[in-house]
Amino acid sequence: MPWNLLKYGLSRKSHGPAHFPPPPELKSTYDVVIVGAGGHGLAAAYYLARDWGIRNIAVLEKGYLGGGNTARNTTIIRANYLTPEGVAFYKESVELWRGLDRELDINLMYTERGHLTLAHTDAAVRTARWRAEVNKHLGVDSELVFPEEIARLCPQLNLSPQVRYPILGALYHPPGAIARHDAVAWGYGREATKLGVEIHQLTEAEDILTEDGRVTGVKTNRGVVHAGKVLQAVAGSSTLLADMAGFRLPIQTVPLQACVSEPLKPILDPIIVSGSLHVYISQSARGEFVMGGSTDPYALYSTRTTLDFKEGLAAHMLELLPMLAEVSVMREWAGIADMTPDFSPVMGRTPVDNYYIDAGWGTWGFKATPVCGKRMAECVATDTQPELLQPFRLSRFAEFDSVGERGAASVGH
Amino acid sequence: MKIMNCPLNGPRNISEFVCGGEVRDMPDPASGSDAAWVDYLFMQNNTAGVIYEWWCHVPTTYWFIARRDTRSEEILETMAVGDFPSAGSPS
Repeated sequence: MPWNLLKYGLSRKSHGPAHFPPPPELKSTYDVVIVGAGGHGLAAAYYLARDWGIRNIAVLEKGYLGGGNTARNTTIIRANYLTPEGVAFYKESVELWRGLDRELDINLMYTERGHLTLAHTDAAVRTARWRAEVNKHLGVDSELVFPEEIARLCPQLNLSPQVRYPILGALYHPPGAIARHDAVAWGYGREATKLGVEIHQLTEAEDILTEDGRVTGVKTNRGVVHAGKVLQAVAGSSTLLADMAGFRLPIQTVPLQACVSEPLKPILDPIIVSGSLHVYISQSARGEFVMGGSTDPYALYSTRTTLDFKEGLAAHMLELLPMLAEVSVMREWAGIADMTPDFSPVMGRTPVDNYYIDAGWGTWGFKATPVCGKRMAECVATDTQPELLQPFRLSRFAEFDSVGERGAASVGH
Repeated sequence: MKIMNCPLNGPRNISEFVCGGEVRDMPDPASGSDAAWVDYLFMQNNTAGVIYEWWCHVPTTYWFIARRDTRSEEILETMAVGDFPSAGSPS
């Protein structure tokens, strides 16, 4: 009712309690300190409090809550990876996503739209079939489809053979979904604070304090915080923190750019990805086309955007979806991504005792937020590497046992 | 478009170049330990600051070295490999 809305607007009454309570004073000691209040860090805090009864936790954030890559990704959630290790991990994440709205009591707008990874070459068709078979074997819904079926699933696509890279087939993954990314950080953060977790924004880690190979605390711009255990979850800045703790990482920091168009009426249902053309696109619930491409071609700690990116993206996008020719780009941004040599994350224990890492999330971190939070909480609470995270341990590189997921990265890099 | 000054071809668009990664010492093939090779192959300094990098001008396949700031994206200097201060170990 417009009158009720007007009355409410003029009444100066606030509807319900604030999202977050004002943060208490920063204490000098916590059981667990988590560096980084993005989706991953907050999820780990929430599961530590809920599942493991550890509630004396501080989450430190140098900027604001959920302002890093949690706010900068393109919100695609899928489990159609290439390696059995990767598929098992992301499958658990999709299962957790499905009940997350109710659990966190916040509308995540999690919507399963279907996900099409287009193949423009024989090699890409082969990889799509490989992924489909691995997925099916592990109970993930994926199949290889050809132009006739693609036309039915997404009639907007230009399936003409008269283009530079005709569409030969696609990996179709019906559970592919999108969600409202900010709400994920807010939901986990709010539920964690209800369980006693403290979130301290504008609190930057300046050094990691260790003693005899064991972490003892974090020096921040607001003083020293002692901690029994420390978890770093700082995508993009992972190396800076690992340097402070004193171990090496196989990570290169590279920007990943994205943009959204002006909002239009709902017209594109599935999520479209083309690895060969370096394009992915979906239409958000409010009608904006969310678009991204490959990572930048060289290392950089900056969230600047470039015209080169938009030109390359638009050229390929218009070959796939000519209907977008007159649509304007409204916003653009970049996040800094942790790229690993095998395109898989780095999770678990580190060479420093009681110091844990959640890093190497490259361009694939958002979809893993729930499972990573849950399993990292288990890792921190028990000081053991959970079986699901075993393939993603930091020591895999020294053991020449990497988990090659390049073929399942959404875009070529 | 960002411009890079190629020591051989002069100022060209950055899209004509590919980055070959930070200049680092390769372990000695005869005596290098497994740990040294793991570090060389997989680990990264990932410095937030000024680094020396290998770059290649693709149309002429000319490899050279650039000094670049990984925070500001500024290309501070480019040089032919022969002009590089001490081969393999800068910084």
